[in-house]
Parts: sequence; structure tokens; C-alpha cells
Amino acid sequence: MSDKESLFSKKNKAILTNPLSKDNPVTVQILGICSALAVTAQLKPAIVMAISVTVVLAFSSVIISLLRNTIPNRIRIIVQLVVIATLVIIVDQLLKAYSYNISKQLSVFVGLIITNCILMGRLEAFALGNKPWQSFLDGVGNGAGYGMILIIVAFFRELFGSGSLFGLRIIPDSWYITNGGFYSNNGMMILPPMALIIVGVIIWVQRSKNKDLIEK
Amino acid sequence: MDKNSNKYIFIYASVMVILVAAVLSIANISLKSAQQKNIAIEKKQNILSSVNIESTTKNAEELFNKKVLKSYILNSKGEILKGDAFDIDMKKEKQLAIDKRSLPVYEFSIDGDTKYVFPMYGTGLWGPIWGYISLDSDLSTIYGATFDHASETPGLGAEIATKKFQKQFQGKKIFDDQGNFVSITVAKANETAPEQYSVDAISGGTLTSKGLQNMLLNDLGAYRAFFKQKKSE
Repeated sequence: MSDKESLFSKKNKAILTNPLSKDNPVTVQILGICSALAVTAQLKPAIVMAISVTVVLAFSSVIISLLRNTIPNRIRIIVQLVVIATLVIIVDQLLKAYSYNISKQLSVFVGLIITNCILMGRLEAFALGNKPWQSFLDGVGNGAGYGMILIIVAFFRELFGSGSLFGLRIIPDSWYITNGGFYSNNGMMILPPMALIIVGVIIWVQRSKNKDLIEK
Repeated sequence: MDKNSNKYIFIYASVMVILVAAVLSIANISLKSAQQKNIAIEKKQNILSSVNIESTTKNAEELFNKKVLKSYILNSKGEILKGDAFDIDMKKEKQLAIDKRSLPVYEFSIDGDTKYVFPMYGTGLWGPIWGYISLDSDLSTIYGATFDHASETPGLGAEIATKKFQKQFQGKKIFDDQGNFVSITVAKANETAPEQYSVDAISGGTLTSKGLQNMLLNDLGAYRAFFKQKKSE
């Protein structure tokens, strides 16, 4: 890689956009599934989580990438974890001090970011061996790819589980059986297993469209 | 130096830990006062919200001071203790035996009627839940309620913090017609409880709902002597 390479060369663009499709962290790399189950009962927390993970992933990638030539191989995992945890705690503290309402909405998610395997996965697989700018793009791309799946899953779960989107009622009240209608929310949708089933369906659709992903 | 030598690893790890510790301590110390101010404002907003007064982070302080009639601390026998009710930390009080607890009460005057606000603190599924309940001057009819939580599941247990859930409490009674303390049942679909004394639980949030029910029973129950004394006045 020459130093003169432009910031958005073809290769760099691919780093940014691949995670959105054929290299998606959730559906292809199967990372970050646990949080995809936990926060997708409604759209709003899913979006907030997507943004937080993207921010933390992008910056921890840059930091690890800057340090990559100094990190001793045998303790690299610990170093990565310390960087992620420090960033998450600082973000949490700043939010609590200056943006208390947002910090309340994020509540448990902030802590959950530390345990998200996408972070460790991308630091280990990419940031440790690449330059800061590429690592930053990889972080943003993977954060967005993760967020995209979260939002799709949350859309279906909130729509069919609660009959609303962003907390706004979509399915008319008069349709419900309790009001003399024919419709009832699917209680299964708001329980975590349904998220796994929806992720499964997304993987199915993605694989049938993109034959490259099918194992020989 | 060889990057894989023990010496290098020790030095690297030590420097990293000291740096990180320093950064985190500085962040914590320098942000603490701003954070505590936010917490106090939030508490005032919650108390105001339990008497159905909406406030913003900006006007909460002013509104609270204007609207609150008086506040005092009781013990479980209903006797008034010394101290500022606002400084009582319910988390610490709940760790004490019931007869050693300090129980704060806030009085508000709304449209000519006195409303009593009682704080409460309990456990949900993942962590603590807390809230405030305001009662009409008959000390049975609920005027308003507000709840919050530390780490309940978003979309499920966390729904206790929504207006939609809290609105259900308005107009419910915590004493039955015979004057017995019944508290409020947070009822699942298959539970039958008289409508006057119950609200609907959250689907998918059963453990949080039941935690809330226990919190109401225990923490409103702690004021029983006070209720009795006020009613006989």
C-alpha cells in the first residue's frame, strides 16, 4: 500500500462498503448476535445502539491501529479490551455529565458495547494489521453493517410485536380483537428467540441472492 | 527491545494500566459535580412528574421550589424526624430494618388539594427500580406515579418508565372500602384482581412487573402508621 493512496480509493471504499453486504458482521461473520437479540424489541434502542457501536468501533480501531507496532503479541487481546473498555467508560461518563437524557436512554447499552464481539473481532482481524485510516473505515463500515441488521430486525419485531414503529401506533386500534377487530400482536415477536429467527431469514435471503456466500 | 520479551510485556502492561487509570480518574473527578447536579435535577423532575407536573431539566429546580409545600422525614411509627427529606438516599434506607428507616414525604398543594408524594425503591429483573407515588388527601387514591429503572430490558421491563404504563395508576386506590391496605397488584392477563386496585403488567416484562408490585407493597406499606395517623386526624 503506497502512502500516496487517496483517502477514498477503490480499495478503501470496498473496506467501507463490504461490511454492508457480502462481509456483513452479523449475517456473514456471525458476530454481535447477542446484542442483536437484546436490543431489537423496538426501533429506537436499536438505532441508538447502532450509533454507539459504530462510534466506539471506529475510534478503538484507530487507537489499536496507531499502537499496532508496539503491542506485544502475547497480551494483544488484553490491550484491545482495555482500549475498548476505557473508551466506553469515558463516553459513558461524558454522556452522564453533559447529556444526561441520552445517557439514560442508552443505559445498559453502553456497558453492552464492551462485550460486543464485533469490536474484538474487527480489532483482532483488521486494525492490528492495517493503517489508522483504513482501520477507521473498517470500523465505520462494520458498525453500519451491524446497525443495518439491527434496524431491519427491530422494524419487524416492533411492527408485529407491538403494532408500532418508534413507539407510534401503526396498526389501527380498531383492528384488535379486544376492540372487536380481527388482529392481535404476535407475543413471540417481542421475545429474544424471534430476533434469531429474523436474522436467520435475513441470512437465507442474502445467501440465495449472493451465491458467493454459499459454502462448497 | 524484543517485543516478546517478558520485560517488554511487563513494562508495556504497567504503563498501559497506569495511563488508563489516570485517564479514567481524571475523567471521573472532573465530571463528578456535573453528574451529581444532573442526578439531583432528575430527582426533582421525577417528584414533580409524580404529581403530574411536567418539567424540563432547565426549570425543574425552580418549579420544584415553587410547588413543594413542605417535606419531612418520618420513621416507621409515623413520627417526624429531623433532616432534609431531599437528602435521603432510598437505596441506603432499604438496606436498614424497617423500624430504622428514614421515610421521606413531600407535600404539594395542587388545585387546593394536598398531595402526598412517597418515594420507593425496589428490585426489577436486572437491577434496581425506583419511583414516586402521589396520593390525594384521602391517602388512598393515587394522583400520579412515576417509575424508573437502572437496567431493565428495553422494550420489555423498561416500559415501566413510560407514561403509558404510569398513567394506569391514576385514580387507583391502595385501601379497600373496609380501610385495609391492599396496595396495587400489577396483574398479568390470567390474574384476576379488582380493577380498582390493579394495573396491567407488561407483556414480556413479568419479573420487572412483579418487582414493581413488591416495591409498592413494601414501600407504601412502610408508611402505614402515617396513613393511619393522618386518617384519624
